Amino acid sequence: MDIIWQGLVQAVELLVGGDAQVWGIVGLSLLVSGTATAISTALGVPLGLALALGRFPARTGVISVVNSGMGLPPVVVGLGLSLLLWRTGPLGGLHLLYTPGAMVLAQVLLALPLVAGLTLAAVQQLDPRLRLQILALGATRGQLARLLLREIRGPLLGAVMAGFGAVISEVGASLMVGGNILGETRVLTTATVLATGRGEFDVAIALSTILLGLTFLVAGGLTWLQQRGPHLDE
Amino acid sequence: MVLMKWRRIFPLVALLVLGACAGTAPSPTAPPAALSTTLPGPTPARPEILLATTTSTQDSGLLDVLLPDFQQRTGYHVKPIAVGSGQALTMGQQGNADVLLVHSPDAEAAFMQTGAGVDRRLIMHNDFVIIGPAADPAQVRGRAAVPALQAIAARGATWVSRDDKSGTNALELKLWQAALGRNPHQEGWYVSTGQGMGATLNITNERQAYTLSDRATYLAFSDKITLPILVEKDPLLLNIYHVIQVNPAKWPQVNVAGAQAFADYLVSPAAQQLIGSFGQEKYHQALFVPDAGKSEDTLGR
Repeated sequence: MDIIWQGLVQAVELLVGGDAQVWGIVGLSLLVSGTATAISTALGVPLGLALALGRFPARTGVISVVNSGMGLPPVVVGLGLSLLLWRTGPLGGLHLLYTPGAMVLAQVLLALPLVAGLTLAAVQQLDPRLRLQILALGATRGQLARLLLREIRGPLLGAVMAGFGAVISEVGASLMVGGNILGETRVLTTATVLATGRGEFDVAIALSTILLGLTFLVAGGLTWLQQRGPHLDE
Repeated sequence: MVLMKWRRIFPLVALLVLGACAGTAPSPTAPPAALSTTLPGPTPARPEILLATTTSTQDSGLLDVLLPDFQQRTGYHVKPIAVGSGQALTMGQQGNADVLLVHSPDAEAAFMQTGAGVDRRLIMHNDFVIIGPAADPAQVRGRAAVPALQAIAARGATWVSRDDKSGTNALELKLWQAALGRNPHQEGWYVSTGQGMGATLNITNERQAYTLSDRATYLAFSDKITLPILVEKDPLLLNIYHVIQVNPAKWPQVNVAGAQAFADYLVSPAAQQLIGSFGQEKYHQALFVPDAGKSEDTLGR
């Protein structure tokens, strides 16, 4: 039990003491996962909406792909991207492997299906008569999309939280395409793996505590937005 | 109308995506701001070196001492990818690294024979130890490595193997071959973790079993596990590290000048001195013996 207490004390010390290395790791975790979540939201919400409203051939097939993507294993994404991005691989010319850019790319692949799939499910939960009514009032498709998104903003924030939660806690893909390089691609999860491998359990516990706190803060902020939302319009 | 909306939104989305990617992916020529303060003098034409190395050099903390010194002296920037020796050699074989720092002599010899590497040079060594429960049910304490393994097999005492194609795993299999003439991986007492040294030490400790460990990682864990060293100082237990440059004739992508500079640095007096003193402060003993310029046959004598 001693070691857990030591780890908690050390977590506070590392944060309050302004340990530059730890703050760098925290910053990079937020930057990479935040960017990946933002991109996934920007692409995933329109995609989910299009899948919910559109009627085109192979639609069911695309939806199945998105839904299976919600359970995409991070190590599979990591392996696949590594093979593509290797210097001698088909996309080696991009020089992306072992950079934060590669980690963002991997995390987008993980979060995008979550955001798109949950958006799709939320839109399909709405009463279909709402859509007919909006269209009957002469709305354009853009206006329809905006109104529907307003209706589902609660589940939408839930989708963003699910995406962020999946990528900030993911270690397999980040380790493989990032390489866990100090000062460049070391994030909280990969640093925790390293500390454990080094037998530095107190550091590992400290990093885990920071990761949990961070996830809680971000999820808490989004939850606050989500829960306060509906009262604004009344 | 719909099209107009999309025309307005699409460039925004595209900009966001591109901006985010450009913002987070540092170009190879411009190291992050935090690092640039340690880079004085002229920057080499291709400053980035991809080093594939074993987990022990990272887990022991040796790279944290060597790389900043090298970077400060030369302006090069090393990206260390810490994997098992087997994977490091595969990365070299496929041209996905510039230079290798590995400890798997037999696999290295095979690697050199295929022409994948050039200029293999001896850097340092330390040694492996066999650890096990203090009660020592197989009675291996003080024996040489091969008779110790024979005793463990005869007794059917639990043995934990990394089984991850690392340098440590390669030596373990070589020792089993010498002891039994076969790989005992199907025996009931043979536990395969498939993980790094640290995780394997923890599992061995929980099972109160025997295992083979490099001394550096064992020392780092010695206050967390109760297993004492039972077999050591056998010449077969030497752990020898070489640096190998990936052959640029085979892979034009290789950073030749960078790989050469890093290999030259590792055998330089400055690096050898750092290697020799590493660990004194924390463990009151050196974790590696610097060996540049020596012959491999003279080690451990």
